[in-house]
Amino acid sequence: MFYREAGQFKTSYAADMAIFPILQDRIGLAVILAIAFIAIPLFGSNFLIQTVMIPFLVFALAAIGLNILTGYTGLISLGSGAFMGVGAYACYKLTTIFPGVNIIVWILASGFFAAAIGVVFGLPSLRIKGFYLTVATLAAQFFLQWSFVRIPWLYNYNASGAIEVPQRLLAGIPVTGANATPVTRYLVLLSIVILLTWIASNLVHGRIGRSWMAVRDMDIAAELMGIRLLPAKLLSFAVSSFYCGVAGACMMFLWYGGGEANDAFNINQSFTILFMVIIGGLGSIIGSYFGAAFISILPTALKFGLPAMGIALSGPVAEHLNYIILGVLILFFLIVEPHGLARLWQVGKQKLRVWPFPY
Amino acid sequence: MDILYSIFVDPFMQMGSAPDLLVQTLWEGFVGGILYALIALGFVLIFKASGVFNFAQGIMVVFAALTLVGLYEKGVPAFLALAITIGVMFVLAYAIERVVLRPLVNQPDIILFMATFGLTYLLIGLGEAIFGGNPKVMIAEQLYLPKGAIDLKILGGVVTLQKIDIAAAIIALVMIGALSLFFQYTRIGRALRAVADSHKAALSVGISLNQIWVIVWFIAGVVALITGIMWGARSDVSFALQVVALKALPVLILGGFTSVPGAIVGGLIIGIGEKIGEFYWGPLVGGATESWLAYCIALVFLMFRPQGLFGERIIERI
Amino acid sequence: MKKSALALGLVVGALVGTPALHEASAQESVYVPLFTYRTGPFAGSGIPIADGMRDYLEMLNQRDGGIGGVKIVIEECETGYDTKKGVECYEAVKDKKPVLTNPYSTGITLQLIPRASVDKIPMLSMAYGLSASADGTVFPWIFNPPATYWDGASVMVTYMAQQLGGFDKLKGKKLGLIHLDAPFGKEPIPLLENLAKEYGFELKLYPIAAADMQNQSGTWLAIRRDRPDFIYNQGFGAMNPTAVKEAIRNNYPVGKMVGVWWAGGDDDARGGGAEAKGYKALSFNQTGVDYPVMQDIIKHVFDKKLSKVENRNRIGEALYNRGVYNSMLIAEAIRTAQRITGKKVVDGADVRRGLEGLDITEARLKELGMEGFAAPVRVTCADHNGHNKAFVAEWDGGKYVKASDWIEPIKNKVRPLIEAAAKEYASSNTGWPKRSEACDKPS
Repeated sequence: MFYREAGQFKTSYAADMAIFPILQDRIGLAVILAIAFIAIPLFGSNFLIQTVMIPFLVFALAAIGLNILTGYTGLISLGSGAFMGVGAYACYKLTTIFPGVNIIVWILASGFFAAAIGVVFGLPSLRIKGFYLTVATLAAQFFLQWSFVRIPWLYNYNASGAIEVPQRLLAGIPVTGANATPVTRYLVLLSIVILLTWIASNLVHGRIGRSWMAVRDMDIAAELMGIRLLPAKLLSFAVSSFYCGVAGACMMFLWYGGGEANDAFNINQSFTILFMVIIGGLGSIIGSYFGAAFISILPTALKFGLPAMGIALSGPVAEHLNYIILGVLILFFLIVEPHGLARLWQVGKQKLRVWPFPY
Repeated sequence: MDILYSIFVDPFMQMGSAPDLLVQTLWEGFVGGILYALIALGFVLIFKASGVFNFAQGIMVVFAALTLVGLYEKGVPAFLALAITIGVMFVLAYAIERVVLRPLVNQPDIILFMATFGLTYLLIGLGEAIFGGNPKVMIAEQLYLPKGAIDLKILGGVVTLQKIDIAAAIIALVMIGALSLFFQYTRIGRALRAVADSHKAALSVGISLNQIWVIVWFIAGVVALITGIMWGARSDVSFALQVVALKALPVLILGGFTSVPGAIVGGLIIGIGEKIGEFYWGPLVGGATESWLAYCIALVFLMFRPQGLFGERIIERI
Repeated sequence: MKKSALALGLVVGALVGTPALHEASAQESVYVPLFTYRTGPFAGSGIPIADGMRDYLEMLNQRDGGIGGVKIVIEECETGYDTKKGVECYEAVKDKKPVLTNPYSTGITLQLIPRASVDKIPMLSMAYGLSASADGTVFPWIFNPPATYWDGASVMVTYMAQQLGGFDKLKGKKLGLIHLDAPFGKEPIPLLENLAKEYGFELKLYPIAAADMQNQSGTWLAIRRDRPDFIYNQGFGAMNPTAVKEAIRNNYPVGKMVGVWWAGGDDDARGGGAEAKGYKALSFNQTGVDYPVMQDIIKHVFDKKLSKVENRNRIGEALYNRGVYNSMLIAEAIRTAQRITGKKVVDGADVRRGLEGLDITEARLKELGMEGFAAPVRVTCADHNGHNKAFVAEWDGGKYVKASDWIEPIKNKVRPLIEAAAKEYASSNTGWPKRSEACDKPS
């Protein structure tokens, strides 16, 4: 009733091709942005910001990165955790070598290092396809993880063997380190994520994105149509790793505030991000957000939400139950909608358009 | 020069000067390879018949072993526990077919892959809720698995062969032989191969897909149980064992997803390759190379044969 | 809009979730959250520790009505040994005025170290975490008594010298360090290298990748080749039972293998069967129930069905007793804080002072019913660890027994390393606060 485009006329091709052609969508987006930028920092508790929103945004960024590779280009990667690690260690080295430069510049720049490493491990993708390609990315995962522990230069030879996040200021306010409030870190992270989402959205809707999708649908056909496979695939690896790298730097500097690779950038992390992409919806930016929300927020919500609803369970039982519920929910959503939550969202919008008089 | 020497000369000198250690390394690699192959076998069976990349195989290994040991700890005699565990694996296979595979039939591979991840969570939760998170000791003796070692005095040294390793190798080989015969000569086995070739064609000649899937998942469950017993006897039965199952991935990729002999050969190449690499070249870079060497070996092979050693040729048409 | 409704639902759910766990009645109680891991791949060591920690505090509640007449509100938060979940736990308990945090994971400790001073909540990481935090002048809010990993490694070297008949006999011997290939496992390396140079023994490193914890045969081939005279095992979780079993498989004498204290769980040795007899591990607490404190736990907690332990035999295991020891430190810190401040209900800042004033003497141990159970512990303003004595425990096939005297760590080797590491930490973390907390006069 409220959600329909009747009466909204397009007078130019640009308007017709807009990503959000419907007015209500644009309003909705503005509302969400307003909630994210104003309501949550003002009214959210530190717990909400620190353990729900910040992890969600970091994972959403990583999921967008992997979605570019897996969802848009059709190359499955199990190395995203390690690429996040590359970003985190690059950022750590950069900010300790050049402490004067703004930390946000380094967080973004660290993505380029991840991109470079990503391209190297993406090289076999021209020859190896499908599940077989995962071995190249798994090699990246385990080799890089080993390097993080093995090369003390990466963690500045410190005794803890971990990244120790120093305090950095932005306009006099601490952004990283212990004195940075969750709200500051959240706002910085949110800005980075939104900026990169906007760039990703433009990338995938443009010429490059279309060439990626052509490669995904059938690479030989794409080649016949004049898409050069190697540059297209490598660019996809580079962009994807860039996003993962930035996500990794954000994870260490804006969320964890220090930590070590075996703990944070292990194979489980790679799997987690892949599953976010799949459950959210392959080849969908908004799906990356849904997937990240589902897999990162749900366990927290179950752990702290069930006791809040009066279902008091002892720690381990609750943890087991969380696993069971999460497993069942994944199966349930896959059976209901195998194309991910993004598709569910599409269907929902479609239904909403004709509500209350469905035909 | 020193570096070149330590890379290209020294390891071979070591091999020559202590041949008994070389034999021992090869043997350890062989045993390790067999154990990897066992995990990979479970993957291959399921992939062949249902096209599912079964991420849950690792947790199935843990779950099966845990059920066995857990039942024994609750006072069930060892062999009865074994029988009950096999029963549990059958129920599991049936449930998976009913609840997961049937509604997801004809979906893209990656969705089924994802579904097995949901399954993994479910089994972790169930396993821990029922049997607890404590690591458990595998009941190897109660199952009459041999203990102790045979010392071979050859090549001027001693090579120690663990009886349990020999048993593992024999059991694995027998199982592979039996599975090949089963596929080759029985009615169900042939139906299974037909399904692997083409679901639609198999359906059209009256083969019940559902039935085949239950059987395949059940066999994979039994393979998981045997794997769990063998790995459990080497270390402990705990949820950490699930990580070892990841080692099956390079094996699988190297051998090809659809080939039973491929799983064995791949397992042996990876097992022996990583042991030799770690033992002779590992110290040069500080050791612990086993975590990634397997993947690099597989990658090198894949550069020449993108479909794996025994995989079906990938033919692409427009 | 559907999406905002969804978001709103999540927001509301999470908001409600925050303060929910337990409404601590702030008046006459102290709130002690225990981060434990009873699930996940490391549950094997986490369960006995969690039980021990909980049961000791519960015993104080039952027997004495708490500490100094103030009830202890005990709350466990499950971390699964996962850093992300551990930090969630911290955020969930932070606003409920905990008197200290007890993270029980090095990963979680590393994350919480910078926050402790900001949130004014001291942290007790008993013989784990960041070794450098033993320097109280740099880390006023972090405590890691009774010993650091560097102390442990030096005790190992001293023990080796004792077995061989003197430090001069160490020359030309080989010590193998089999360790988890992670910061935790690599920690003793600089100290051992230092000592190797000093005493002329050779140090061999055998790293085990975290993914290969249960798959060590390659490493053990190298150990067979090198034949080290002793092996020090800085391992954790499933790595330990596998190492013990591999030692047996490879005919390495298990009696020459000594684990760090976290490699000294009963489950670590039990899997090796009869042949694991003789396996050793460092420890700073005795096993068994022949101590008044353990009898009190059985009487006031286990017999009243207030314990989560199902099998009575598990009370008295090495890791259970270590949990008891850990909680004893917590309780004594709270008691000391009450004494110093004169308040009954203490807060985080008070307990920080209590931890700094911690002085558990032989006499005090006797009062606690722990005579002979543990060595005296003393923490000072500058020294947040104490570098206290440890001993070598030996697995006799069913339990660990004390197999050496209490051995003093080589403190003059350890302390410089700690101070250097602490200084390095402070200088690389720009903005690390200078210590502003005044020291109490030792009483």
